[in-house]
Amino acid sequence: MTGEPMLDCRGLRRSYGNLTAVDGVGFHISPGETYGLLGPNGAGKTTTISMIAGLLDRDDGEVTVDGRPKAAIGYVPQELALYPDLSARENLMFFARLYGMSTADAKRRCAAVLEVTGLTDRAGDQTKKYSGGMKRRLNIGIGLLHRPKLLILDEPTVGVDPQSRNAILESVEGLSGEGMAVLYTTHYMEEAERLCDRVGIIDHGKLIAEGTRSELVSLVGEGDRVRLLATGNLAKAAAELDGHPWVRQASATEEGIDLVVDDARSNLPAILTTAAAADAAVRSVEVTEPDLEAVFLHLTGRALRD
Amino acid sequence: MRATLLICGKDLKTRLRDRSAVLIGIVVPLGLALIFNSIFGGITGNSKAIALGVVNADRGAASARFVSGVLGAVGRTGVIAIHVEPTAARARALAANGTLDAVIVIPAGFSARVAAQRPAAMQVIGNVGNPISTEIARSIAGSYAADLNRVRLSVATVLAAGGSSAGSPARVQALAARAAAAAAPVAVADVSAKSKQLDQKSFFAAGMAVFFLFFTVQFGVTSLLEERNDGTLARLVAAPISRVSIIAGKLLTSFMLGLISMFVLVVATTVLFHASWGNPVGVAVLVISAILAATGIMALIATFAKNSEQAANWQSVVAVVLGLLGGTFFPVSLAPGILSRLTFVAPQAWFMRGLGDLRGGSLSAVWVPALAMLVFAAVSSGIALTRLRHMTEV
Repeated sequence: MTGEPMLDCRGLRRSYGNLTAVDGVGFHISPGETYGLLGPNGAGKTTTISMIAGLLDRDDGEVTVDGRPKAAIGYVPQELALYPDLSARENLMFFARLYGMSTADAKRRCAAVLEVTGLTDRAGDQTKKYSGGMKRRLNIGIGLLHRPKLLILDEPTVGVDPQSRNAILESVEGLSGEGMAVLYTTHYMEEAERLCDRVGIIDHGKLIAEGTRSELVSLVGEGDRVRLLATGNLAKAAAELDGHPWVRQASATEEGIDLVVDDARSNLPAILTTAAAADAAVRSVEVTEPDLEAVFLHLTGRALRD
Repeated sequence: MRATLLICGKDLKTRLRDRSAVLIGIVVPLGLALIFNSIFGGITGNSKAIALGVVNADRGAASARFVSGVLGAVGRTGVIAIHVEPTAARARALAANGTLDAVIVIPAGFSARVAAQRPAAMQVIGNVGNPISTEIARSIAGSYAADLNRVRLSVATVLAAGGSSAGSPARVQALAARAAAAAAPVAVADVSAKSKQLDQKSFFAAGMAVFFLFFTVQFGVTSLLEERNDGTLARLVAAPISRVSIIAGKLLTSFMLGLISMFVLVVATTVLFHASWGNPVGVAVLVISAILAATGIMALIATFAKNSEQAANWQSVVAVVLGLLGGTFFPVSLAPGILSRLTFVAPQAWFMRGLGDLRGGSLSAVWVPALAMLVFAAVSSGIALTRLRHMTEV
């Protein structure tokens, strides 16, 4: 953690009748950091961020935000929260004024956000005439309008086509570079791995693990899997490879050699050199690193999308 | 306050743009007022006069006085057109084929029998398809007969007091002339029934305006449920504004939609239909009170609904029931006993009564109806406000 956290929440708890949706969740986010809340549907992600954004009263727990809580937070809901009969400019102006900007400031910020979201040419059109991707971009743009210190994005890529999804992920990657703290909820493991500096894994309302990707992967206790498709003296090559201290396991198969190693990316050149020296001709290499999916499976006994 | 005005401004822009509020608040009530006026009596003021035939087979003094005096005066009002027919048979045929709505036949010897203080009778022939006109003709004839009886009674009383049972014909005629010229001892000044009622054009204009007012104000409060469904409510709640300002914005939207609708309808019906709403200050007091009552009641109903569709359905049912009870389609005086008392559970009834009272009295006549509507507004809004906060939960 660098300096004072932008967001510090502790012991968040919320129940609906007998159902405890969030049970003692706590984490912090530093300025410029992107924090991912990863979990399956119904895990408690939206309830957690709703309490942080002030949308939902909490039964227990504390939320500390650097600055005026609501003014410091930009919130991007999962739904396309736009007024369809208003144009993009009118939507932006309305929310800009609601966040207390003067008319002149609001106009400047609207023009800037329209530029960033690529909607300047269609700014005067009613948003009900927009494509899904354009609506998504505007949905995020409204959250950025007042230059929040903390941006909360609730599964912003759900139901989005691959092209728009990539554009959204790129824009989120750019935000942390500007010093903005980002809280990103998703049930897509790939998005969490790509975007987030740290990830909190949430299931059944509880934060069951938290850390960087490598910290979380280390919880699994597995090495990287390397499969060499090769011909030649496979038994000799497997034995030679097994002599390296970073090789945990090496075995010859009918098609080649299967390895379990530490840090496959760094050690791949040495693997190929050793195999070649042992008269094995390698035709292709397949590396499988343990991912957050494996971490979730390890921690819960279930796949992330079950 | 700033946030409240911003939300209200945004909602008004949205509502006016999708035209539904304009249709419900202005176009439909104006159209219905036009249709009802056309059906029930001619919005342009050229309604068909009652065609009343008269056959004078008598040609005497009493019948001449009736035809020229009574029927002449009635004919000059323009409400009844007098048609003098030569024979009873022809008049009866015209009544039968609908050319005449009713006929009064004065038989030969009528005046002589009156002068001789013997029983005399006029006949009324009605068209079976037009009972109201027949009743009016009967009423005119009956009224004249009562007048003749008054004169006859006066003359008989004077002669009896003078100690003789019969005076000279000249004396009797003189006494009869004096009695006929004397003012009636009791006169009824028609104030409540006539001047305290709205004319037809004003009645339908006001009735349709206040009936649809209850639909128009729905758009404000119900949009809170729409915003929750669309996800925009989450954005409003996440903004640095209070939940109270969101609710206030929605209530203000309802009020403004009602105000715009009523203002346009009052002006439009006055200009287009020549509706007479009454003293502008009194009308303004009644209109504002009605808008507040409508906003409060519709907001209260919305607080019990789970979504905007359910709210709109429930609100429509209540608006129709209260509108009918409130006499927006027909005068509440036509309702039977218990129903006419029930009408006052509807703010619309107080609105219509207020306009009627304003028409027949001074500006102070509106205070009681206005106060009654404000009580509706205060009670319903008070309960609604205690329940509205849960509607801002995302």
